[in-house]
Amino acid sequence: MNEFVETLLDLHWHEPKSSYDVVIVGGGGHGLATAYYLATRHGITNVAVVEANYIGSGNSGRNTTIIRANYGIPESIRFYQHSMDLYKTLEDDTGCWIMHNTKGLIWLAHTESAMRSERARCQLNTAMGTETIMVDPAEIKQLCPQIDLTGSGRYPVLGASHHVGASTARHDRVVWAYAQGAMRLGVHVLQNTPVTGLLMDGDRVTGVKTATGNISAGVVMSAVGGDVTQFAAHAGVRLPIRTHPLQAFVTNGYAQGFGPIISDTELLSYVSQTARGQMLIGAEYDRQQSFSRQSSFDFLQSCATKVSYLLPFLKNLRIMRQWTGRCDVSSDFSPVMGFTPAPGFVITTGWGTWGFKAIPAGGEAMAELIATDTTPEIIEPFSLNRFATDHSMADQGSTGTR
Amino acid sequence: MLWVTCPRCGHRPIDEFKFGGEIPDVPASITDDAARDLDRVWMFNNVDGVTTERWFHEGGCRRWMTLKRDTHLDRVIED
Repeated sequence: MNEFVETLLDLHWHEPKSSYDVVIVGGGGHGLATAYYLATRHGITNVAVVEANYIGSGNSGRNTTIIRANYGIPESIRFYQHSMDLYKTLEDDTGCWIMHNTKGLIWLAHTESAMRSERARCQLNTAMGTETIMVDPAEIKQLCPQIDLTGSGRYPVLGASHHVGASTARHDRVVWAYAQGAMRLGVHVLQNTPVTGLLMDGDRVTGVKTATGNISAGVVMSAVGGDVTQFAAHAGVRLPIRTHPLQAFVTNGYAQGFGPIISDTELLSYVSQTARGQMLIGAEYDRQQSFSRQSSFDFLQSCATKVSYLLPFLKNLRIMRQWTGRCDVSSDFSPVMGFTPAPGFVITTGWGTWGFKAIPAGGEAMAELIATDTTPEIIEPFSLNRFATDHSMADQGSTGTR
Repeated sequence: MLWVTCPRCGHRPIDEFKFGGEIPDVPASITDDAARDLDRVWMFNNVDGVTTERWFHEGGCRRWMTLKRDTHLDRVIED
């Protein structure tokens, strides 16, 4: 048993009460971070986080753990940069080691048009206070000696944008750090408690129905991943969300070490090394909507081929494990956070392939929204009513999807 | 791998097709015209089960077709 597990032993798991000030549905990173910040920043501890399975069993435990802020619209850069800043101090704040490791992200360009996009990204990032600089092929080779700059003769590298502050963290440790911090202050975390519906009083949401009984709440927050369309429908809320599967895999250990995160918007794949030494490889989500968590050989084949063009050493590694998560992809590829048309029901969703990096800032903002009953300025652009007012936050080019 | 029966080209692997998305179906409960437009443009039914979709046979006849698929299992339903 290690030191981390030992710190978890004195946690008290609770029996559900019949009523809470706030009930958060979904015990992933966003739900638990919201509970943590409600307790630490706003003194609201009469809170329950209700999770259908075990905490972090959904997308919080399935993502590829990359933390970055090199987005293409100012609102997103500001939000994700704030999240990166919170991640940097999270170990001190919670007292948990989350294995936060700054690696830098190299975002490769193979065409002149991609180079133009990356130059624009660098300018905008710099203007917003995020360190992203252009690097030429010689500098890329220095940052990542394993790379084949000719792309095996098929995808020559013209340059890249280097997002210097990008990092990774151990995803289930982040989930546990927030759970532990919240529980110490009296938040109830109810595992294996599927929510089957919502208690309604007219339009107003007044609580949740679970398999073990009803729980009433002043505010219900949905931090549901994967089934959010079906969950919000209980409150009569329509969402701009499609659910796509996203697959990823790890290889066996690569002993020589691999420093940066390599990402490629043209081949739509990204490669980094986990703390265990495994090469972690992911790509775009599956083209068709699906709720299936079935992994496919087609994905493995196409993704392995693409990354081997750039990093030929990967051909000699074995694939150890492959898994799939469900991504809630919003219409404009930006998250949806804030109030809904149903009173007493707030939502954080649309986290698609970009949710892990946003856990601290998303949780902090949603906690402030619940505690003060007003939308914090930093997430105001991401409210659900942006579609009705024609202010979509379109930024698909920064999400690594097509 | 999923296989799709194209009415023109026959039984073909899904790699040849491009996903065109679900066919918009605004719920009858939304009655206001502007709200119906908003829903049609931005919102999705995102059905967990059998749904009707458009697919484009990019690597074949290059024409659109309508398909039924069970999104829960990711299986194409052949009539």
